[in-house]
Amino acid sequence: MDKGINLIDDVSIVLCGEAGQGIQTVEHLMIQTLKLSGYNVFSSQEYMSRIRGGNNSTSIRISSKKVSAPVNRIDILIPFGKGALTHVRKRLSPDTLIIGEEKSFKDENQGHRSINVPISEIAVKVGGAIYSNTIASALMLRLFDVDIELFSNYLRKRFAGKDESIIQKNIDAAEQGYALSDELLKGNDIRVNVQRSSQITNEIIMDGVEALALGAIAGGCDFISFYPMSPSTGIATTLAQYSKQFGIIVEQAEDEISAMNMVIGAWYAGARALASTSGGGFALMVEALSLAGMIESPVVIHLAQRPAPATGLPTRTEQGDLFFALFSGHGEFPRAIFTPGDIEEIFYLTQNAFNLADKYQIPVFILTDQYILESHHNISSLDPYRIKPERYITKTDKDYKRYKLTENGISPRGIPGYGDGLVIVDSDEHDEEGHITEDMDVRTNMVNKRLKKLDLINQEVLSPELIGNPDYKTLIIAYGSNYNVVKEALANIGSDDVAFLHYKQVYPLHSSTADYLKKAKKTIIVENNATSQFAKLIKMQTGKSIDKSILKYNGMPFFVEELEAKLKENIM
Amino acid sequence: MDTKSFDMENLDIAWCPGCGNYGILSAIKRALAELNIEPTQLAMVSGIGQAAKAPHYYRCNLFNGLHGRSLPAATAIKAVNPSLTVIAESGDGCTYGEGGNHFIHTIRRNPDITNIVHNNMVYGLTKGQASPTSPHELRTPVQIDGVFSEPFNPLAVAISLDASFVARAFAGDIDQTKEIIIKAIQHKGYALVDVFQPCVTYNKINTFRWFKEKTYYLDESYDPHDRVEAFKKAIDTESYALGVLYINPKPTFEEKLTVYSHSNEPLFKRERDLNMLSNIIESKRGI
Repeated sequence: MDKGINLIDDVSIVLCGEAGQGIQTVEHLMIQTLKLSGYNVFSSQEYMSRIRGGNNSTSIRISSKKVSAPVNRIDILIPFGKGALTHVRKRLSPDTLIIGEEKSFKDENQGHRSINVPISEIAVKVGGAIYSNTIASALMLRLFDVDIELFSNYLRKRFAGKDESIIQKNIDAAEQGYALSDELLKGNDIRVNVQRSSQITNEIIMDGVEALALGAIAGGCDFISFYPMSPSTGIATTLAQYSKQFGIIVEQAEDEISAMNMVIGAWYAGARALASTSGGGFALMVEALSLAGMIESPVVIHLAQRPAPATGLPTRTEQGDLFFALFSGHGEFPRAIFTPGDIEEIFYLTQNAFNLADKYQIPVFILTDQYILESHHNISSLDPYRIKPERYITKTDKDYKRYKLTENGISPRGIPGYGDGLVIVDSDEHDEEGHITEDMDVRTNMVNKRLKKLDLINQEVLSPELIGNPDYKTLIIAYGSNYNVVKEALANIGSDDVAFLHYKQVYPLHSSTADYLKKAKKTIIVENNATSQFAKLIKMQTGKSIDKSILKYNGMPFFVEELEAKLKENIM
Repeated sequence: MDTKSFDMENLDIAWCPGCGNYGILSAIKRALAELNIEPTQLAMVSGIGQAAKAPHYYRCNLFNGLHGRSLPAATAIKAVNPSLTVIAESGDGCTYGEGGNHFIHTIRRNPDITNIVHNNMVYGLTKGQASPTSPHELRTPVQIDGVFSEPFNPLAVAISLDASFVARAFAGDIDQTKEIIIKAIQHKGYALVDVFQPCVTYNKINTFRWFKEKTYYLDESYDPHDRVEAFKKAIDTESYALGVLYINPKPTFEEKLTVYSHSNEPLFKRERDLNMLSNIIESKRGI
């Protein structure tokens, strides 16, 4: 090799192989120990809808600055088997370095630099092929000068409870990996220069799934009923892990119809319940969503988006269900939709969703997607005390009326068995007591009462966040998981005339929207869908059209470089 | 307790004169009074249909939800507050048709709830179409040549799923129906009471007289713990057994929930331990 390899400030490592080969294990070993060594890390996954085989990849970014968006570029590719190189070929550049076992990439390599490392041979020497993951991790960690002691300690923790010989073999594998890495460094002159900070060593690294589950716990969630569906299942799994500690009922229902009716029944009896699903499952929940609208039941719905219609691309990402969430349910009733953009927003918005749902007795959506749920990045803190727990259950008296007409439309919510009153709710139109009615005046009053709550909800809408020059010429708009990719692309462009408006709540739409749009000479929206649904929602609410939509709907999130190029074409 | 505790004023009942629902209504009120269940401690859950309106006609907490969906809601209510008496009351179309999947899985789950099903073998509220339990001979404006599908046998299905408690009653006999409902409420676990009921408007086959002639009560010699015998009774469609066909004591859904392993407090009385959550989050900083 004629020149050395310099990896400066931002390194993109991609692990690619079949499902079941342990890519996720390597991802976890690497990101945790890199973080513990003071590096900013970000990882995201793309994988096929199968348990074994196929080709999946995990991308890890190690960077001097905090980043949390995927890049297309691959600096180092670690193929775990045949087909891996072909799978990511579009992302390869002349600078990409392939590190791995020659037999797994030789036939597919079209002239990329490569270093042959006999990983499985060494793994077998250590004790079996299973140790390949630790060796592969060690190869990379050594490049980043991660202390072997730290890695060994992490392995001890990760495999705690296993036989001591297994732990020792992993540590042996780590040492072998380090030695091997040193050989590579010598022979190939690979220089890594990414800044570390002692502050980062003490940060927290987590993915969207865990942040959402912990946010739900912070919000007082004590009941979840669900039916497994990618990419939402991890929420229930995570809550189940914590269920004994916090007293959470976790029930796998026979279908999403049952799940949602259980969730509403649970709220009725005094729980704080969560429904978590993806598009197809939510389709089955829609009937009961309308029930929540009619009986004014609070309900928190986590809708984890994936590409549809129908089964679509089960393990991929999209923002295609904004309208579905917005217009779901027959009839007219208020709701709120949160669209968190990173780990912190997922945590705090989920916590907040339980208070908001309870306060106004409405459905509150948390709209995520596969990409944000399964991406990790390091954060400084999550504080469950930042948002105060709010309780709105009323002790009833003898004359209690569940739907008492009030000035602001909110009737104090009692629950059965708490107080001397009776709590009657009905999916039919009902009178103040909750009994069936067909009285047209009562009907009108009840519709008005339910919709009146929107006035108050409107006053509590979370402001969009403006990033960049407030005297912008071009305004970029995005929501949800595109938050960080837009931020980074704009920072790279570095134009003073551009600002970015991020919405973490898309409905009700914040009242400042029209003014923000008015100030711009050009507006651009970035969405992971084919029809620019948020632009249409903005048009519907403000009468103003967005000038340009940058859309992606192939099942993958935007890459920084890709978005940067598209924005450059369109910025004034 | 007096049944007056459950009486409501100014009732405008939506049922036809002579409807079997009236008998079931009386039997339920009497059973509740006899068991001294305070209306405030009772949560009735119903679906949609003429039967599902029943809990609007007596004093109780009521969750009148969606067609077919009473059982999931009832299961959750009982799970969240096990101190409540929870009864799901609805018709045959609601429970066995629209809610068929929930019927199966609620039996498997075994929450400590009572499920009273008004079974008149026809759809009343939508004006006379076949229900899952309609006999082949029933001709309707839709099933003009009679009903092709095999009538659903709720008792046989429940016993095949090893349900905790399976009974059948007849709305024409309020005393006996009340007795059966009392046993069902007292039973710990899911208790099905399928109540035969004439529909005087839409079902001219399964009339009051038909039920009288086709049914008989199980006597004291019958052992409801014998599953095979119970199944034999359940599939006998020549003459229909009334009474408790099957009892299978087993742990309930709520008993298995770990939230109640250290405390019986209903969930709404508990406070979230944010300190513990904070500690969990903080523990993620180090190795």
